[in-house]
Amino acid sequence: MANHTLALRHQFDDVDQQKDASTFGMWLFLATEVLFFGGMFCCYTVYRSLYPAAFGAASNHLSVIWGGVSTAVLICSSYFMACSVNSAASGRKNALITYLVLTILFAATFLVIEMSEWHNLYTEGMMPGFNFTFHEGDFRHVQLFYCMYFSMTGLHASHVTVGIGILTVLLIRAARGVFSPQYHTPVEVSGLYWHFVDLVWIYLFPLYYLVARHVHAG
Amino acid sequence: MITAIAPPRENYLTHEYGIKSWLLTQDHKRIALLYLGAISFFFFLGGIFATIIRLELLTPPGDLVSSQTYNKLFSLHGIIMIFLFMIPSIPATLGNFLVPMMIGCKDLAFPKINLLSWYIFMAGGALILYAMLRGGVDTGWTFYVPFSTSYANTYVILTAVGIFIAGFSSILTGLNFIVTIHRMRAPGLTWFRLPLFIWSMYATSVIQVLGTPVIAVTLLLVAVERGFHIGIFDPALGGDPVLFQHLFWFYSHPAVYIMVLPGMGVISELVSVYSRKRVFGYKFVAFSSVAIAVLGFLVWGHHMFVSSQSVYASLIFSFLSFMVAVPSAIKVFNWTATLYKGSISYDTPMLYAFGFIGLFTIGGLTGTFLATLGFDVHVTDTYFVVAHFHYIMVGGTMMAYLGGLHYWWPKITGRMYHEGWAKLSALVVFLGFNLTFFPQFIMGYLGMPRRYHAYPPEFQVYHVLSTAGASVLAVGYLIPAIYFIWAMRYGQPAPDNPWGATGLEWQTSSPPPPENFEITPVVTQEAYDYSILEEMTVG
Ligand code: HEM
Ligand SMILES: [Cu+2]
Repeated sequence: MANHTLALRHQFDDVDQQKDASTFGMWLFLATEVLFFGGMFCCYTVYRSLYPAAFGAASNHLSVIWGGVSTAVLICSSYFMACSVNSAASGRKNALITYLVLTILFAATFLVIEMSEWHNLYTEGMMPGFNFTFHEGDFRHVQLFYCMYFSMTGLHASHVTVGIGILTVLLIRAARGVFSPQYHTPVEVSGLYWHFVDLVWIYLFPLYYLVARHVHAG
Repeated sequence: MITAIAPPRENYLTHEYGIKSWLLTQDHKRIALLYLGAISFFFFLGGIFATIIRLELLTPPGDLVSSQTYNKLFSLHGIIMIFLFMIPSIPATLGNFLVPMMIGCKDLAFPKINLLSWYIFMAGGALILYAMLRGGVDTGWTFYVPFSTSYANTYVILTAVGIFIAGFSSILTGLNFIVTIHRMRAPGLTWFRLPLFIWSMYATSVIQVLGTPVIAVTLLLVAVERGFHIGIFDPALGGDPVLFQHLFWFYSHPAVYIMVLPGMGVISELVSVYSRKRVFGYKFVAFSSVAIAVLGFLVWGHHMFVSSQSVYASLIFSFLSFMVAVPSAIKVFNWTATLYKGSISYDTPMLYAFGFIGLFTIGGLTGTFLATLGFDVHVTDTYFVVAHFHYIMVGGTMMAYLGGLHYWWPKITGRMYHEGWAKLSALVVFLGFNLTFFPQFIMGYLGMPRRYHAYPPEFQVYHVLSTAGASVLAVGYLIPAIYFIWAMRYGQPAPDNPWGATGLEWQTSSPPPPENFEITPVVTQEAYDYSILEEMTVG
């Protein structure tokens, strides 16, 4: 009980109001994020509809297999996040810690796969600005595809990295026994963020790896 | 003789001392003052650039500065005034101070994030200043590509990243306000009992939260394109420059409403209190703020009539731009109707309110001229556009900001300013403003393009008038700076409610205690119910 009053900050009347406010704040933040990514999705849409052939050719250089694997990995991570929230709500401290560790591990795996993908593209000469040697067909718009690809996956990866940081802080606090069924808003709110980051990838994967592939030059 | 020494009431200014207590404060009132200090500095800096611009334009040949320097001057003037002064001006100072007070709570929902947003703002500002010291930027505040990405030889990336960072402060402030207004209103304070200032801050916050990320990501892409020489917007590298303009204006048109909506909120408060009447058509004024926020997102294409945008798109954008003038007009009509049969007093804040109403009307009406396709093709990129937006931003928002500062000054500092000097300076500002900017309508209509440092001699008379006006205007801004600072120390101690106003912020002491209210207020009436106030003072 003492713990529970301690966690109430002075500007709020009661714990419910505080929890409500935090959750609402996070939803608003996610609305901001939607528009943040939205600007780039908008660029993607415009360019893909202007240069479908180049985008098709470009997307054939991406590995569907590794893209698929990283999607699966990220979904698993999201699943463990949901389990973490559940454990926090029911006050199972050890389960919470285990699930948070799993969430972080899968997130890190995702990043490793993505970085090796980037590295492959770099060695193949498909990384605009650093090493771009592709000169077939409408190569300028192939380059545009990869500009967008690196910008968007890069922005997404930076969100994953920030997420890992947040989850690590949660993990430390969980180990200290800060969370209880009465007070676990940070876990819940971070969960919202984490699912959002996952969701962005759920759009990125098909847009870059799958749909354009079927457009054939000609 | 025995003088009873009343124990000084503890207030938010006196309950802690020292630099640290300010730099680590989580009190929304102190953070408001931190912002006030910062944006005053930026306003001063932006003003210096404006002064040099006006001096250069005194004579037709470009004799004071080179064209390259001139480009940097108007770029820095615009960037600093818009991103570091006008956008944070009313929300971050008056809004920060007043939102929790007006809705009767102890602080914003997220005080730490509020402080964080000040630091983020300062970091962004510092980066822009650093870019300025290294040699500045010459792209204009609009960063049009491909000039900004491939040709400009100045510190574009640094400046863009600075704006990117400052943008997050704007987002966080908006987010904080929305959550606070939704979740923390005092008991009995229903949505339709809220002061109209709160409604307009709410609408502003929605734009900040939904619009700002788009400019952030756009400037990020500009920085990426420039930094790595890869084509996203540059046509020579396969990109599309018009797409940049779409993304830029998708934020930057709504941003003009970030700049003017808070001013409208202030005016609603002032008009009501100094005519001692409830604002006429309260609900219409409240909803017009929301309507402006929504419609404001649909008209960005009116900045692109000559950009090769399709004519059909232009037609629709033109039509929607006329639509957005409707809620703005509703406000003007309702303020005027509020004055009707009111018992009006001409205190300084009210003088500024009158200034706002007149000048905003001119600015808004010329906006509809510009939204007319045929007319816009003639005057786009001329001084007509410059005059249009200065009438709204300087004639409108700046007047509201000054009016609001005067009105709430006694609450914020606990001291009265000198009424005589204040009235004088309000008059000087009004005259100086019109002398500066009205000639710009005429020369713009006659064909004087914007952003040139040299011009044909036939425009000189207008430029001389404008420069003369700018000097008067500068004096008008300097006088308040002096008497405000003077009043902080030597002003008459202010009563709790010097204007006999109704808002909750007037029911606590001046300056307020650290947690705003001794006891949480309970609201039982509508906003601006002056009949009740009169009964109370009479009875
Ligand atoms: C009454 C509604 C308004 C309408 C219909 C309107 C219309 C327009 C149009 C059509 C332009 C483009 C002119 C051109 O570049 O050729 C324009 C420019 C501008 N307007 Fe407005 N406007 C309105 C209100 C406002 C408000 C409230 C503000 C600011 C608080 C504002 C600030 C600006 C700015 C800054 C520009 C110039 C941007 C630039 O090119 O640097 N306008 N306006
Ligand atoms: Cu506009």
